[in-house]
Amino acid sequence: MKKVYSRPKSLKKVPMHYCPGCGHSIIHRLIAELLDEMSLRETAICVPPAGCAVLAYNYLDIDMVEAPHGRATAVATGIKRVRPDNMVFSYQGDGDLAAIGTAETLHTANRGELISVIFVNNAIYGMTGGQMAPTTLAGQITTTSPSGRNTKTEGPPIRVCELLSTLENTTYLERVAVNSPANIKKTKKAIKKAFQHQQKKTGFSLVEILSSCPTNWKMDPLKSCRWIDEIMVKEFPLGVIKEVKC
Amino acid sequence: MNKQLMYGTYAIGEAAIQAGCTCYFGYPITPQNELPEYMSRRLLEVPGGVFIQAESELAAINMVLGASVAGARVMTSSSSPGISLKQEGISFLAGSELPAVIVNIVRGGPGLGNIAPAQSDYFQATRGGGHGDYKTIVLAPASVQEMADLTFLAFDLSDQYRMPALILGDGMLGQIMEPVVIPARKKKKLPEKDYILTGARGRPARLVKSLILDTRQMEDHNWKLVRKFQRVKQNETRWESFLLEDAEMVVIAYGTAARIAKGSINRLKKEDPDIKIGMIRPITLSPFPEKIIRETAGKVSDFFVFEMSTGQMVEDVKLSLEGRGTVHFYGRPGGVSPTPAEVARIMARHYPQSKSTGKK
Repeated sequence: MKKVYSRPKSLKKVPMHYCPGCGHSIIHRLIAELLDEMSLRETAICVPPAGCAVLAYNYLDIDMVEAPHGRATAVATGIKRVRPDNMVFSYQGDGDLAAIGTAETLHTANRGELISVIFVNNAIYGMTGGQMAPTTLAGQITTTSPSGRNTKTEGPPIRVCELLSTLENTTYLERVAVNSPANIKKTKKAIKKAFQHQQKKTGFSLVEILSSCPTNWKMDPLKSCRWIDEIMVKEFPLGVIKEVKC
Repeated sequence: MNKQLMYGTYAIGEAAIQAGCTCYFGYPITPQNELPEYMSRRLLEVPGGVFIQAESELAAINMVLGASVAGARVMTSSSSPGISLKQEGISFLAGSELPAVIVNIVRGGPGLGNIAPAQSDYFQATRGGGHGDYKTIVLAPASVQEMADLTFLAFDLSDQYRMPALILGDGMLGQIMEPVVIPARKKKKLPEKDYILTGARGRPARLVKSLILDTRQMEDHNWKLVRKFQRVKQNETRWESFLLEDAEMVVIAYGTAARIAKGSINRLKKEDPDIKIGMIRPITLSPFPEKIIRETAGKVSDFFVFEMSTGQMVEDVKLSLEGRGTVHFYGRPGGVSPTPAEVARIMARHYPQSKSTGKK
């Protein structure tokens, strides 16, 4: 019988700790598949975030270094400048990338560092227990916005791709989601493109992935997937936000 | 290289280049801007040289972390408020056991303080500075030549022990010009960097981190760092002794304060050749040269600590003496550099009366 599905070599043979319905495990697998398919496992260096995905190093079988919360792109900058031939990417959540690490994100993008950012947007702080994130939707209830996010005092959610698109040296910015088989396929394509942009040294690349956090959203996994389609994409429209031909 | 007249900051920069530093990341702050400026020029001439003016001190120290884990010799520099911002990264470097050289050209504080030379960051430098149980190597130059020499040493020690090394200068040492010879690098046998990230080709994947969720493992890691620092203490403690042989009073001062104090001692001796004041100048502030101080207490009972702060190193002197001897302290915080004459006056006042020759 023909083998159609197997564990990517870049993914370790261990069970993941992520909650049922969490998007991280899907995204990890997509990255691992691409590292195999694009023969990048031996050159890849990943900078994981603080947050649930800090333990990505337990799953991805590649060189990794942990960064302080928010500083992943600064660390990645240091690595890439020393090792320009390696595939350097950071894996960051919304709080990491768009709150505590906003300055690092913005300036790494502005310098056009030849790195790729896998940005997982689940509109909430996952590991710390469901607090309001910079991408939390208007009116969304979290443990620190008990009456729902008030955009007058807490600001509206930040659209990272759109924000970065104004910077000259960003060359590939796409927003995708991992809430359906079709969207997962698109996500894989987008990450591949980001890696290709890095290989071709066009500029800074970032893929924003809308991903569910059923535990902190207090929804079951299926409802979480629907919530992305029905609510989240209205605030965060999917698609290529910016692409400069490579 | 021939003897030449150089700024302290330039001497650090050139010594770093000669020591094989290929990466510098920093953010402007007075009084050390000449160092990043120098590095921005010099690193253009170094193959693979990287200079980035970062968006913040936080970003700079984390670029340092990235370059270090990628295997480069890397340096950053700043002055007091900027070094405070770097502390998170320094803690991560220490926890992840990564080498890096960090230069602090100290200015008056707290807060924004001023831009004059001070020694008020001693506690921050010698107690780790950031969160968690760790220490760093802290070197205190007292001349432009020593700024160069200790820069070579900082890179070697940092690589040898896989821990951050700090150079604690001050606004005066950074800004003065003195004759200096930058020697060629003497290549020391250092452990192979078998932890750096290069991509997992032909070897298992590597992981560099400071997160250790298991408390027993975290405890082991903490003790490991302690044992490592004990080795540093045993092997690398450095100080300069000055006229210690027959001293009746011993001055303890470092950096610019030690230069002023040396001037004061010479001045007092000129006035009265029988006056016997010696000096111990710690060159490593961390590890602190506690043994020589304790041993000296067997022969001398009066110690005079002079610092350009309200009194920070004086605590280490007292800890070293373990109750022996009398410790006199004179401090000038806030960026004030007193003249040798001023300090000599205070010194003479504390010179043991019974030993005084009575001439004046």
